[in-house]
Amino acid sequence: MKKLILAAILISSFEFQVSSFAQDIHGFADARYGLRTQNDPNKGDKTLEELRLQLSSVWYQDLFTATVRSDFLYDGVANNQKRVDLETGEGPVDLREANVQFTPIDWMDVKVGRQILTWGTGDLLFINDLFSKDWKSFFAGRDEEYLKAPSDALFMSFYPSFANIDVAYMPRFDADRYIDGERFSYWGGAALTGADLKTDKPENWFSDDEIAVRVYRTFKGVEVAAYGYDGFWKTPQGFNPVSGKNTFPKLSVYGASARGALAGGIARLEGGYYNSRDDCDGTDPWIPNSQARLLAGYEHEIVKNLTGSAQYYIEHMMNHDAYLASVVGPAADENRHVVTLRLTQMLMNQNLILSLFTYWSPSDQDGYIRPKVSYKLTDNWKVEMNGNFFFGKNDHTFFGQFANDSNVALAARYSF
Amino acid sequence: MKRFITIGLLLAATNGFAFTVDEIVEKANQAAYYAGDDGSADVKMVITEANGGTRTREFRILRKNTGDGNQKFYVYFKAPADVNRQVFLVWKNAAQGKNDQRWLFLPDLNLVKPIAPGDKRTSFVGSDFVYEDVSGRALWEDKHELTGETDTQYIVKNTPVNPDSVEFSYYNVWIDKDTFLPRKAEYYNKEGKLYRVVEALKVETIQGFPTVIESKVSDLDDGSNTVNTFSNVKYNIGLNEQLFTERFLRRPPREATK
Repeated sequence: MKKLILAAILISSFEFQVSSFAQDIHGFADARYGLRTQNDPNKGDKTLEELRLQLSSVWYQDLFTATVRSDFLYDGVANNQKRVDLETGEGPVDLREANVQFTPIDWMDVKVGRQILTWGTGDLLFINDLFSKDWKSFFAGRDEEYLKAPSDALFMSFYPSFANIDVAYMPRFDADRYIDGERFSYWGGAALTGADLKTDKPENWFSDDEIAVRVYRTFKGVEVAAYGYDGFWKTPQGFNPVSGKNTFPKLSVYGASARGALAGGIARLEGGYYNSRDDCDGTDPWIPNSQARLLAGYEHEIVKNLTGSAQYYIEHMMNHDAYLASVVGPAADENRHVVTLRLTQMLMNQNLILSLFTYWSPSDQDGYIRPKVSYKLTDNWKVEMNGNFFFGKNDHTFFGQFANDSNVALAARYSF
Repeated sequence: MKRFITIGLLLAATNGFAFTVDEIVEKANQAAYYAGDDGSADVKMVITEANGGTRTREFRILRKNTGDGNQKFYVYFKAPADVNRQVFLVWKNAAQGKNDQRWLFLPDLNLVKPIAPGDKRTSFVGSDFVYEDVSGRALWEDKHELTGETDTQYIVKNTPVNPDSVEFSYYNVWIDKDTFLPRKAEYYNKEGKLYRVVEALKVETIQGFPTVIESKVSDLDDGSNTVNTFSNVKYNIGLNEQLFTERFLRRPPREATK
C-alpha cells in the first residue's frame, strides 16, 4: 500500500511535466487496492494492488485520425509482472488502442489497428458482441471500461442508403481475458481450484481468424440490427482429454436486435444462435453445446436522478438430451435464466454516484452483486469504492464458482 | 389640431404593431434557440459551488434546425479530462407529447449508448443549468401572460400547464424589445419564493444574430452558480444533418474537433 502511494505521487508529478509541454496528451493515474471478503483456500487475500498510468493522444489530421492509448502499470497481484504481453495485457504495458481511422470514400470509414470494439444492446450481457472481454478486470473491480479488452482488427463501416454495415476482421483470434487461476479461483471440472488453467489457443495468423458483421438501420425510431460472427468460443470452454488442456472450439453466431423508445424509457430485445461447429449434434462432452440466447431489457428514469433498468436473459442448450447422455460431472440445466437489475443514483450535482448492478440466476441459483460508490472530489480527482460479491448454491455454476472470490476494492484516480 | 390628429394616428399605428404575448414568446424562443439554420460555439462552463470550489466543463456544441421546431445537437466534450472526447447527441422533438432522443458516446468503450428520456429539469453535466435551459423549454408547457413592460423590455409571466411536472410554480422573463432575446428569468418555488435566476450577462451581434455570449444561473437556495461563456460562435455554416448520427459519434467530424 505504501508503494502505491509513493508511486501515485511520482506519477502525478510526472503528469504535470508531460502536460506542460504537450497539451494533447490525456490520461489518468489510478491506484487500486482490493481484498477478498472471505478466505479462499486456493488464493491469497489480495485481489488488486495496482497503480496504473494511462496516456492517450489523438491526432486529428485532414486525411486521418490516429489514436494511441496505453496503460503502464505496476500490478502486485499478477503472476507476470515483468514480461510485456500485448495480447493478454499481462505485464507492465497494456496497449489499449493504436489505430488509424480514415474515410477512403464518402460512404465508407476504415479503422485499422488495435481498437476497442462494441456493439449489441445488452447491458453487461453479451449475445452478438463477441469482441474480447476482460473478465478478470471486471470481477476485480477495475473501472468498467476494462471489461472491454482490445482487438487487433480491420474495422470497416459502409454507409449505403439502405443500411449501415460494419465489418470487423481479426486476422488472429483474440480470446477473452478469462478467469485462469490468476487472482481468482474457479471450477476446475471436479472441484474449485486456483491452478493455472492450461489452454491450447488457436493462434495462426489468417487461418485462426475471426470475422464479425453488423447490419443496422432505424425504422421509425427503432434501431434494428442483424449480426453474424465466425470464429471461436471466446473463453476456453472446450477440453482436450488427450493433452489435458482447455480449448477454444469453433463457433458461429447469427443474431438480431431491436432497440427503441417505449413508454418514456428504452426497450431492447436481442437474440442469437450459437452454432458450436465442432459439436453440431451436441454429443461431444468436451465441447460446448450449441445454444440459443435471448435477452429483453427496459430502462427508465424512476425519479429525477435515479435511473433503473432490468433485463431478462435466457441461454437455451440445443441438444440437452445428447448432452445429458455424455456429460461428465455435474450437468447444466437445459435453460439458464438470468435476471439483471441496475440502479444508478446521482447526488450532489452528479459528483456522487451510487450504483448497483446485480445478476441473479433463478435456475443456477447463483448471482453476482456489484455495488459502487464514486465521488468526484474535483475535476481531476475521483475516489471510488466497489464490491464484487458472488454467491451460489453450487460450486460448478457460472457465478457460484467464484463465491470465494468476492472482494471489495478502493480506488483513487487523477485524470488529466 | 392637425398635430393632435397626427399623434392620434401614430398611436393607433403603434398599437396596431403591438405584439400579443404569444408572438412575443414565440419570437423570444426563435431568438434564443433557433438563430440561423445551424450554428456552432465553444462553451466554457464554470460551476462555482457554495463553498467557493469551482468545476469547469468545456465543450463544442453544434446545432442544426431540422424543421417544425425540431433540432439536433452535437456536444463534443473537451474537459474535464475524464469526459474528454465524449459526445452527447440530442434529437430535440418539439411536438407535444414527444420525447427527445439522446445518446452518449463513450470513446474508451467505443460505445454508443441511448439514454432513457429523463426529467428535463435535471442538471446538465452537474451544473446549475438544466437540460431545458440548454435546448429550450417548449412553449406549450406554459401559459404566458404579459405582466409588464418597460421602455426596452417585455415582462412575461409563465405558469406551467402541468404544475406537477416541474419544481417551480412560475417564472418571469424579461425580453428585450429590440432583439427579442430573453435577458433574465426569475423562478419562484411552490412557496412563492424566488430561488433561481438565469441571466444573459453579455450579448453581441454575430453575423446579424443577437447572441448571448455570457450567461449565468444562480441557485439562491444552495448558493451555487454557473457561468457559461460562448466563444467562436458561428451561424449558417452548412452543417450536414448526417453529422448528427451514430457514424459521426464514432468518428467526430472536424466541425467538432478543430
